[in-house]
Amino acid sequence: MAEPVLEIRNLEKSFGALKATDDVSLDLRSGEIHALIGPNGAGKSTLVQQIAGSLKPDSGTILFQGRDVSGLDMAARARLGMGRTFQISSLAGEFSALRNVMLAVQASAGSSFRFFRPVMRDASLIEPAREALSRVGLSDRASVPAAELSHGERRQLEIAIALAQGARAFLLDEPMAGMGPEGSQALTRFLDTLRAQAPVLLIEHDMDAVFALADRISVLVYGRIVATGTVEEIRNDPAVREAYLGEGA
Amino acid sequence: MNRETLVNALLILGLLAAPFAADAMGEPFYVTLATRIAILALAATGLNIALGLGGLVSFGHAAFFGIGGYAAGILATHAFNAEPLLFGLPGTNQMVSIWLAAVAAAGMAALLIGLISLRTSGVYFIMITLAFAQMIYYFAISWPAYGGEDGLSIYVRNAFPGTNTMRPMSFFLIAAGLLLAGLAFFALLRNSRFGAALQAGRQNEIRLAAVGIAPFRIRLVAFVLSAMMTGVAGALFADLNRFVSPSMLSWHMSGELIVLIILGGVGRLAGPLAGAIVYVLFEFALGGVTEHWQLFLGLVLLCVVLFARGGVVGLLAGRARHG
Amino acid sequence: MSLPLFIEQILNGLQFGVMLFLMAAGLTLIFGVMGLINLAHGSLFMVGAFACAAVAAATGSFWLGLAASLAAAAMAGAVIEILVIRRLYERDHLDQVLATFALILIFSEGTRWVFGSFPLYLDIPPLLTGAASLPGGGQYPVYRLAVIAVGIAVALGLYVLIGRTRLGMRIRAGESDREMIGALGVDIGTLYTLVFALGAALAGLAGAMVGALQSVQVGMGEPVLILAFVVIVIGGIGSIKGALLGSILVGLTETLGRFLLPHLFALILPASEAAGMGAALASMLIYILMALILAFRPRGLFAAST
Repeated sequence: MAEPVLEIRNLEKSFGALKATDDVSLDLRSGEIHALIGPNGAGKSTLVQQIAGSLKPDSGTILFQGRDVSGLDMAARARLGMGRTFQISSLAGEFSALRNVMLAVQASAGSSFRFFRPVMRDASLIEPAREALSRVGLSDRASVPAAELSHGERRQLEIAIALAQGARAFLLDEPMAGMGPEGSQALTRFLDTLRAQAPVLLIEHDMDAVFALADRISVLVYGRIVATGTVEEIRNDPAVREAYLGEGA
Repeated sequence: MNRETLVNALLILGLLAAPFAADAMGEPFYVTLATRIAILALAATGLNIALGLGGLVSFGHAAFFGIGGYAAGILATHAFNAEPLLFGLPGTNQMVSIWLAAVAAAGMAALLIGLISLRTSGVYFIMITLAFAQMIYYFAISWPAYGGEDGLSIYVRNAFPGTNTMRPMSFFLIAAGLLLAGLAFFALLRNSRFGAALQAGRQNEIRLAAVGIAPFRIRLVAFVLSAMMTGVAGALFADLNRFVSPSMLSWHMSGELIVLIILGGVGRLAGPLAGAIVYVLFEFALGGVTEHWQLFLGLVLLCVVLFARGGVVGLLAGRARHG
Repeated sequence: MSLPLFIEQILNGLQFGVMLFLMAAGLTLIFGVMGLINLAHGSLFMVGAFACAAVAAATGSFWLGLAASLAAAAMAGAVIEILVIRRLYERDHLDQVLATFALILIFSEGTRWVFGSFPLYLDIPPLLTGAASLPGGGQYPVYRLAVIAVGIAVALGLYVLIGRTRLGMRIRAGESDREMIGALGVDIGTLYTLVFALGAALAGLAGAMVGALQSVQVGMGEPVLILAFVVIVIGGIGSIKGALLGSILVGLTETLGRFLLPHLFALILPASEAAGMGAALASMLIYILMALILAFRPRGLFAAST
């Protein structure tokens, strides 16, 4: 089997006495959607932040495309191809949707230290950005400031940005949150096509989406991974049933 | 042409036209007033790169203004006394060389200050830039070689090829030319890739990093560019007054530069120019009536901050638009 | 360099540090509780000094002046909190800087209007004139020792106030969770006015005590304010403990630097140059100290958790 795109080994993170991440190891293989689920407070967001580089683990290693990225900051990991969306949308609010995506094209296509050529006349930035917006279905909202987009549109825009970055792996932190049933279904169909481009680590509460999309599922409880497996295996795993349903094992 | 472009054009035309009218009427004092406006606007346009585009509230830009001023004063003094400056290099009374020296000195200082202060943000950044500017201020006061507390006089205004800089109109045109160049640089920068990254960092630092652009380096370069422009303005200011003293480095000066931007409109191309026009005319009009004009300036400023955010350009041209 | 001289310099540094602490404590408390950067804190220092000098001149009593300085600074603090400052809590730091910068202009010009441009002088009260003997044979002014004592008393008082009283409990709650104490029925508006007035009174006290050591004039608060900024940046914004240690550190560094550096340079340079070089470097010393500390700890020595 080919080496995994993203591999996390023995990650540890404590806040005082609380072990938020307790010896976590998991991997993300090319072509798959790997869902990370767990009850509230299990430490999912803390884990994503450590993978993306916005939070420093106490110990452990993160390998991305075979390279140890543990010492790199968020921007450097993003340049290597980690495309991240946020649990609460994080955008440049005054910029239009198009300019938000153009920023990502600019970051992946080369230097930001160009001081004179106007970006709005730079087809090498605009074309790929429009392409990414059209893939997530936001073409007709391209000129609207990000702060004025609806909740669902902001989610779509974040994914368009990750696409435009040329991500080699997607880290999606609860993309379905607050989407409503129709939006969730549309997004589920879209994410299904995303794995052809790059593997997806999907942190999600919406079990319908997870069971519909995931090739593999890992379950995080109190900072520990209690099970990893296919949808079928996880459905029948006694440790998972206990964590979620409180059934005595 | 949208409304902001029109407002910008009118402000610039107004600044250029007024001295010609004054000169024709034989009122050189008003030419000098317009020169002062142009120079302060250039200094504040420099600050507008860091503060307006980057959201970096530098409360220490007087340091770069003063460094530019001292570059002019020191080089001119060495040229005047025919003493070598450093390593046998002579001083100079050529403005162009002095501007280059001012740019280099202000840029170096900004690089060092920025390397430390940009590791922090928010209130820390404000206080640290203030503190470093204060350090340079006290150094200038206690270092006796160039006048210390008393400052340094420039006996003859420095020279510019092909013109007599002692004529108010000639010197105004030099200052206005540099201001226009500064505004053009600001406009290009704002619309460039670099400007996009800088402004995105102000709106959302996490977003900038998440697409793969490290905010620190963008901000450091912006801080240095910003200081360089303010430094050139400082050199001109020294030539305007033919005098440079530690007061150019004082924290009141830093505050004034921020005030100019707020009065005019933060991040707007012509904001600093509008602010400088309002500020200098206010000082001139009220300063003639009462020596306590700063009290009224304080009251006006307080009202602008509390009730009229957006400044003059915001008032005339509406909210800022990003493509 | 004799031992008594050295002890005298250390005491000078302590006295300077204590005065900085009175300023820094208010600044850091106001920032910690309300998230506000207050440039006009130096104006409150000046208000205290002018109130003390004016009342002492009118009544002949330093002590009445001292009481007046506390009252005047606290009142001025409460008034600007109610009129201006409370509109700024939700604003960004740029607006806070500008509005409080405007307050400085108003306070400075207003004071100049009322009292004129000439400095006032304040005499040391008779009770505290004279000098005490130091171990090793030197003499040291009693008044400066009293200033140190007042500073220590205020530090202890703040420690008790914040750690042991109901008001202190609310202040600490205000630092960590604003909505919560509102929900518990504490009147936040009044609490903020109180905290601001308390900080102002400490600044006024510092101004009055310093007024007897130097002349009382417009703008006297500004150099002190900037040093107080350095103190709280070094100590960690929001931390009283950091403000105390930062003040002592800055006070001693500043005083000993001015005293020792010219001597040090005299070892390697001719006397005339050594004095200038030593003075110039001494004036930069605390800023270099700040830069060094920040290079290793960007949020200061005792940064609050947020």
